[in-house]
Amino acid sequence: MSDDLTRLSAAEIAEGLHASDFSSVEVTQAHLDRIAAVDDSVHAYLHVSTDDALATARDVDARRAAGEELPLLAGVPIAVKDVVVTRGMPTTAGSKILEGWVPPYDATLVERIREAGLPILGKTNMDEFAMGSSTEHSAYGNTRNPWDLDRIPGGSGGGSAAAVAAFEAPLAIGTDTGGSIRQPGAVTGTVGVKPTYGGVSRYGLIAMASSLDQAGPVTRTVLDSALLHELIGGHDPRDSTSFRDKLPSLVDAAVQGATQDLAGVRVGVVTELSGEGYQEGVRARFAESLDLLRARGAEIVEVSCPHFDYALGAYYLIMPSEASSNLAKFDGMRFGLRVEPEDGPVTAERVMAATRGAGFGDEVKRRIILGTYALSAGYYDAYYGSAQKVRTLIQRDFAAAFEQADVLVSPTAPTTAFRFGEKLDDPLAMYLNDVATIPANLAGVPGMSVPAGLSDDGLPVGFQVLAPAKADDRMYRVGAALEAALLDSWGGPLLDRAPVLPVATAEQEG
Amino acid sequence: MTATTVDLVDYADATRRYDPVIGIEVHVELGTLTKMFCPAEVSFGAEPNSQVTPVSLGLPGALPVVNGKAVEYAIRIGLALNCQIAETCRFARKNYFYPDVPKNFQTSQYDEPIAYDGWIDVELEDGTVFRVEIERAHMEEDAGKNTHVGGATGRIHGAEYSLVDYNRAGIPLVEIVTRPITGAGDRAPEVARAYVQTLRDIFRALDVSEARMERGNVRADVNLSLRASADAPLGTRTETKNVNSFRSVERAVRYEVSRQAAVLDAGGTVIQETRHWHEDTGITTAGRVKSDAEDYRYFPEPDLVPVAPPREWVEEIRAALPELPVARRRRLQGEWGYADAEMRDVVNAGAIDLIEATVAAGTSPAGARKWWMGELARRAKQDDLELGGLAVTPAQVAELQGLVDAGRINDKLARQVLEGVLAGEGDPEQVVVARGLEVVSDDGALLAAIDEALAAQPDIVEKVRGGNLGPVGAIIGAVMKATRGQADAARVRELVLERIG
Amino acid sequence: MATMSTISRDEVARVAALARIDLRPEELDRLAGELDVIVDSIAKVSEVATPDVPATSHPLPLTNVFRDDVPEPPLPVADVLAAAPSAEDGRFAVPQILGEE
Repeated sequence: MSDDLTRLSAAEIAEGLHASDFSSVEVTQAHLDRIAAVDDSVHAYLHVSTDDALATARDVDARRAAGEELPLLAGVPIAVKDVVVTRGMPTTAGSKILEGWVPPYDATLVERIREAGLPILGKTNMDEFAMGSSTEHSAYGNTRNPWDLDRIPGGSGGGSAAAVAAFEAPLAIGTDTGGSIRQPGAVTGTVGVKPTYGGVSRYGLIAMASSLDQAGPVTRTVLDSALLHELIGGHDPRDSTSFRDKLPSLVDAAVQGATQDLAGVRVGVVTELSGEGYQEGVRARFAESLDLLRARGAEIVEVSCPHFDYALGAYYLIMPSEASSNLAKFDGMRFGLRVEPEDGPVTAERVMAATRGAGFGDEVKRRIILGTYALSAGYYDAYYGSAQKVRTLIQRDFAAAFEQADVLVSPTAPTTAFRFGEKLDDPLAMYLNDVATIPANLAGVPGMSVPAGLSDDGLPVGFQVLAPAKADDRMYRVGAALEAALLDSWGGPLLDRAPVLPVATAEQEG
Repeated sequence: MTATTVDLVDYADATRRYDPVIGIEVHVELGTLTKMFCPAEVSFGAEPNSQVTPVSLGLPGALPVVNGKAVEYAIRIGLALNCQIAETCRFARKNYFYPDVPKNFQTSQYDEPIAYDGWIDVELEDGTVFRVEIERAHMEEDAGKNTHVGGATGRIHGAEYSLVDYNRAGIPLVEIVTRPITGAGDRAPEVARAYVQTLRDIFRALDVSEARMERGNVRADVNLSLRASADAPLGTRTETKNVNSFRSVERAVRYEVSRQAAVLDAGGTVIQETRHWHEDTGITTAGRVKSDAEDYRYFPEPDLVPVAPPREWVEEIRAALPELPVARRRRLQGEWGYADAEMRDVVNAGAIDLIEATVAAGTSPAGARKWWMGELARRAKQDDLELGGLAVTPAQVAELQGLVDAGRINDKLARQVLEGVLAGEGDPEQVVVARGLEVVSDDGALLAAIDEALAAQPDIVEKVRGGNLGPVGAIIGAVMKATRGQADAARVRELVLERIG
Repeated sequence: MATMSTISRDEVARVAALARIDLRPEELDRLAGELDVIVDSIAKVSEVATPDVPATSHPLPLTNVFRDDVPEPPLPVADVLAAAPSAEDGRFAVPQILGEE
């Protein structure tokens, strides 16, 4: 029974709870059991909040029994990326510098999740301070791709994606600054969505790059993402960059996409992201997906966004610059790790430097130094200043492209999941994983990755759909349409084909 | 460490040979209910760290939200300083590491201040008017408070550690920066002082701040450089901090002029540095020189969106501006008919509001000034109080003068009544009754006293009848004494003469 | 086209000090090499960042987002100090500070 429960989608769980086919406690316990069984292998979780989750589940069950009308997703368990602040629950952002830190407040999206009665299963692993594309930069060890435990699950949100792919949670929260939701989605065969910038509150997200970060859903189906997106999204007066506009119904869009055709929808293939230099299997699945969309009535057009070639450069200037400032607060004075210098006077300045030297990992140091350099006197105009101009050009490219197409598409990532260690020595090679996802963050437009099948190496491939700002519904419609078509062609969900994970026995756990 | 004697050139001598140029940066704490970027309440004297939110504590994940009231106050200040108000402006991050700066950056404004290109006229004590040009006024947030523990003096050097309280972190500030102030010559210290005082008066009139320098609501940093003449290029300037009173502003400028003159006379160069004013010794000392101090890596604050005050809003604020102190003083002087010197005295004594209230209660301007600048000023000095600290209200002063005007008491009696009021015995009317200080106006009673006096000095009657009026004074004196001064001397004289015949 | 300066080891050391991060000598060496490569590749942004192109600092054109001047409850003092590495008398205890005021 518990196995069955973990294989259900969030929508199916919600339906079952509503029909009293099972209780939230049963579902939550089933997932906790699953975590206990496989997380030794996957290591998606940094913290499992057993008591808290079951308490919420019990409370929801009681209220439902009493006849109270509950939100749609009440009682459906969820995992939260450890970059999101949770009151009373450890929050590390994947870094040693926050080891043991327990926040005194909840992020707005966590408040909304708790308010809606979703049991929080725990906090998931990630690249330190969301800097990375493989989760190898976590200070707490790697997360392994459920499709192949010797391979990366993507990053920075590898934990959330792996948890969902391994059926350790039906829903998860991720954050995406340059692709950290979408790219893990692609390499783990799950759905990942980066909302329009400002669509989901950033209050309580440990900031990496303030003008690029967005929190979003990590799920196994497009409908589940739409449900979660609607729950956590919406204006927050505590986030000055969140917008007030109400989006059209994302759930309706997803249902429409799955059940109706795409007649009249123009799908634009971005020349600069069409896969030149990408892995063969990635390109093949992408082409097939286009065929499926065409078969559903969509018109496929080609559009050029010439400044996308500069997107990576602009991103790796803007992001480290903002991050270098956002991470200055980690100094050992008020919270987190404090390290004293081994010799010499113990001054505030030296303690800060020793703490940060010991508490930050290599990638974080790399980006902070890069960002500090880019903002330095004399370099601003050439670096940060120039990058902000490229941003304008990329926005203009998108605007022009969206004149010719309703959505833009590309493969989500250039390759399938690579092996651990393959790209660690070559930061630039690692950065190239985000080449297709970065433009959306720079422009603030929404993006989604939908599983598009397996590559010839048997590993998942993702299909990316981008829409204009605040037109997230369009993205859900097309994504759902593709998902439905693929489901048809596969005869069942892609994740059914994922290898069975080794299960820890009582002896092994001991 | 031995203190090296610092060479100083006599101030007058220095200003004869060098032309001082000053610049002043004033920070004013806005009197909003909450902080600049978070809704923590702001109040004086709270328990340490009891007025912080995740935002003002700089916790991971927290985000700033702009206090609209603070923006309104900043615009008010800009308008009062005759500035342009920006059509659109942004906040910027000023990045530097310091324990009292919780985010290790300050959210401020860099190249886009909310107000710029203004001016303010400053009146010196002798009435000279000096125009100070304002370069900009911008919004920013305050830092927390470090208390240094250990070490000889409790100041930073030699301290063992520090204790940090973040209650103040995030309080809204407006920073006002002048253009270089030239042409003040040897009056530069006065101009500097008067400028800061004028700003303080404006802040109070605008009701944007309590504006008490001794409470740190208003802080001034004073910049000074010397040049060979008014035509010479600007010299190297120093910035002096820790200037905590108007008097310190003046003294610090004077000192720096003397010190820099000595350096230049000796053929040396003035070091561009930040200096620290010492109130007790009346000198400035060099702060620690930091090589990276200037690289703040400013960039537009990504967590906040631009502030673009609509012109209608700016005009609303402008229309609602109260009368500013200088304009008010001029208007009142005109209404009251005081001479320039008289008005200056009133201003310097801090008596404007008191006199205005007294006049509003019915007293003539001359009468009000007589009391507040006369007897009450004397009393205040004697008791070592401010005029406003005396235990008498403008309404009471008005009542007092009213009694004099009605002839019920004379000036001498009025002073006694005033003593009674100050001693807490009640309003003037009550004191008059309680102490029996009313002028005797009953002729019958006066005649009785006169007859007694005449009976006691019979020879005077003969003298007066003989044409010698001098001794009448003695009778009047006796009557005044008998009535304990509570007679109208002129009336007594009339009656005496009548009586004698 | 502007020529970008390569990042020397000294430069990395200067920037690391500015960013208050202690680096071991071998970290310094490695970083200098890595950053050099990265900077080279991102330098080309200046090719298209001509003076006529305005900078975008915010993805969405929002302005004038304000909050009313109304107090809300602060964090309880116990919560404020809970994670402090060192506290005394209700305040955060930090090592001696040598900088300017």
